[in-house]
Amino acid sequence: MTPETLLALEAAKAAKCPVVLATRLPDGEQCLLPDSAQSAELNEAAAKVLQSDESGTVKIGNTDWFLHAHNPPLRLIVVGAVHIAQALAPFAAPCGFAVTVVDPRRSFGSDERFPGITISNLWPDEAIDAFKPDSRTAVVTLTHDPKLDDPALDRALKSDAFYIGSLGSRRTHAARLGRLKALGHSDEAMARIRGPVGLNIEAVTAPEIALSIIAELVAVRRGSPLGDRVAKS
Amino acid sequence: MNTTDSDDILATAAGWRAAGELVAVATVTETWGSSPRPAGSRLAVTKSGKMAGSVSGGCIEGAVAEAAMKTIDSGTPQLLDFGVTHERAWEVGLACGGKVKVFVEKLS
Repeated sequence: MTPETLLALEAAKAAKCPVVLATRLPDGEQCLLPDSAQSAELNEAAAKVLQSDESGTVKIGNTDWFLHAHNPPLRLIVVGAVHIAQALAPFAAPCGFAVTVVDPRRSFGSDERFPGITISNLWPDEAIDAFKPDSRTAVVTLTHDPKLDDPALDRALKSDAFYIGSLGSRRTHAARLGRLKALGHSDEAMARIRGPVGLNIEAVTAPEIALSIIAELVAVRRGSPLGDRVAKS
Repeated sequence: MNTTDSDDILATAAGWRAAGELVAVATVTETWGSSPRPAGSRLAVTKSGKMAGSVSGGCIEGAVAEAAMKTIDSGTPQLLDFGVTHERAWEVGLACGGKVKVFVEKLS
């Protein structure tokens, strides 16, 4: 790899710009895609690799190209700088998520409680608006407090977030859905909210609940049947 | 930093290179059957013996690191093929029964 290619890759990463590193096999000639100087076929193959986030080797004409997806990290917005968030945030990073913990209560959302984690002390609705969740963003609410969780869920439901989860028992969740309905959300839209949050592994402790949330995030992201609970009652 | 992500393995390799080390990067380009690491997984190796990341569950790392030394010396990239039908694979023990192709290049 040439220093120029390495610099261009690092610049794309810093700008959170999705690119494909294309390597011609076996001679190792490389370019970054999309690039209008390359064939339309190669650019189209690269677009597919970015979309699926799965790198692989493709044959274009008689040439093998290894197309290596370099997507910006997935994002996880955690609302509530609570005990479970302390277990969840450091666990999500190695799973490929850029994590931000949102809590306007500064005694909860402090650097001492979350060393090395990005904290936002905005109100959850303002924070979610600022993040503009896209199809590579997950939103998880953990406060149990309607005045913090509800505005976050309201905004998350209006976004393309690929995962929306909310901590709380079935009864808490039913009450929550009633309040969101009053804000104008349909039953169909609210079915996107995973509540109780996480895969059902009978988790009890904070690290166990964090594990169940991460497991469900991975299941949804990787298309496992375990991640499919829409329309189940 | 997230050290399991292939991007960060490249960043680690670039850091070594900037510090004056001779560095090669190996990348999984294709897999068949059960192989523990997906295409795009990276292993960075220095002439001085530093390693970061992985291209398998550990079974072919030694052979890849050995090939990386050759690429560091020659500057020529290599496309390595590991699988159960390959003599070398028995030797290095690809116990999972999968096949992988690994591209090895020097960081110039």
